[in-house]
Amino acid sequence: MDPHANVEVTVNGVRHRRAVEPRLLLSDFLRHELGLTGTHVGCEHGVCGACTVLLDGDAVRSCLMFAVQADGHDVTTVEGLSDGSGETLHPLQAAFREAHGLQCGFCTPGVLMTLVPFLREHPDPDERQIREALSGNLCRCTGYQNIVAAVRLACGAPSSPRA
Amino acid sequence: MKPAPFDYFTPATLDEALALLAEHGADAKPLAGGQSLIPAMNFRLARPAALVDLNRVGELSYIRSERDGRGGGATAIGAMTRQRAVERSELVARAAPLLAEAMPSIAHPQIRNRGTVGGSIAHADPSAELPAVMLALEARFRARSATGERSVPASEFFKGLLETALQPGELLVEIAVPPLLPRSGTAFLELARRHGDYALVGVAAVVTLDARGRCTAARITFLSVGDGPVLATEAGKTLAGQALSEELLRAAADAAATRDVDPPSDIHASAAYRRQLVAVLTRRALARAFERAEGNPS
Repeated sequence: MDPHANVEVTVNGVRHRRAVEPRLLLSDFLRHELGLTGTHVGCEHGVCGACTVLLDGDAVRSCLMFAVQADGHDVTTVEGLSDGSGETLHPLQAAFREAHGLQCGFCTPGVLMTLVPFLREHPDPDERQIREALSGNLCRCTGYQNIVAAVRLACGAPSSPRA
Repeated sequence: MKPAPFDYFTPATLDEALALLAEHGADAKPLAGGQSLIPAMNFRLARPAALVDLNRVGELSYIRSERDGRGGGATAIGAMTRQRAVERSELVARAAPLLAEAMPSIAHPQIRNRGTVGGSIAHADPSAELPAVMLALEARFRARSATGERSVPASEFFKGLLETALQPGELLVEIAVPPLLPRSGTAFLELARRHGDYALVGVAAVVTLDARGRCTAARITFLSVGDGPVLATEAGKTLAGQALSEELLRAAADAAATRDVDPPSDIHASAAYRRQLVAVLTRRALARAFERAEGNPS
């Protein structure tokens, strides 16, 4: 059997076509085949959330999908959030910068890609909802306080005294 | 780590998928949402020689009400239906509120966007919510192979740790959740360290009352306390014929914790702590289920 399969996938609006081994994870495809290293790889078993991307608009773990499974689908990575020039940040990214919502930044791409669809569905979340939404993303700098503050800032809510 | 190589098949129909599974036998694994199988492959705990990817088999993804001519029928869920779709289904919320209540406890939205109902049930992880919920609801599972089809009740489906009644070449294709009887109430509760983590203990309860408020049937099931979903038969007996009282709830919770479960100790919780949680969660879930049954006379 030919060890390679064709995958044609639209990533951040650009169509890519590659022949890859079926065992290649979507996370590795994005990083190594397409050079989109904003998608980070942490645990590779679906716990840390660093590799979260959007598949047809929904947040998924890209380490728990094979690249060939994305054939015909639409993927958005953290690189797709800003305008591409790096000059204009997505409002959520701007809020993260403003509120110091990151320290080392390793978890940040996954956190952002989790929060974008969450905020689409919950434009005015309370703190508990924000923390529940973040429960699938690990931050080892213990920076959750400022992540929550950044989300509240992005929603136009005043920062709570505790956050 | 990365998965070992495998032959990869993408059938477009159920018949194609069954033919591939028959052809490759025990070497092949069906790939549903992949949220348990792919991590196991990433760590090379699983090394299937072939994967039959069901994600292009559109006919296995649906939620519908089956009219059986005797009033409201079962709710039928295709095995490849994403957990997120069940979570958002108005039909499920109406016809199977226990299932709807349990859905948000299954891992995180990122997992539920890919994870499927059939995949979780066929995987039969003892800490998974869906097997316990389906056992409480007396769901029936339709299994198909290249040579035939059969229907297996949930009570005969779960055989042990990650083990089910499915034979090699057989695929779980549909889950049928029967309608609740009149004057029934349900509740799902679990305790996890953080929202979305594996539950230390979870409980699903279904109670049915007679016109005078006495319990005619009760099914209580647990997750994370054994090698599969556990049906609390002793607690159920305690409730039979009884009307709601604080003493009754305590007796049922005590029966569940001392006679129905034999929970394991692990790094997350000791057996004694799990027993304590079984008692507390059973009492709370039953109180809620009774209250809902009383408010649900039709």
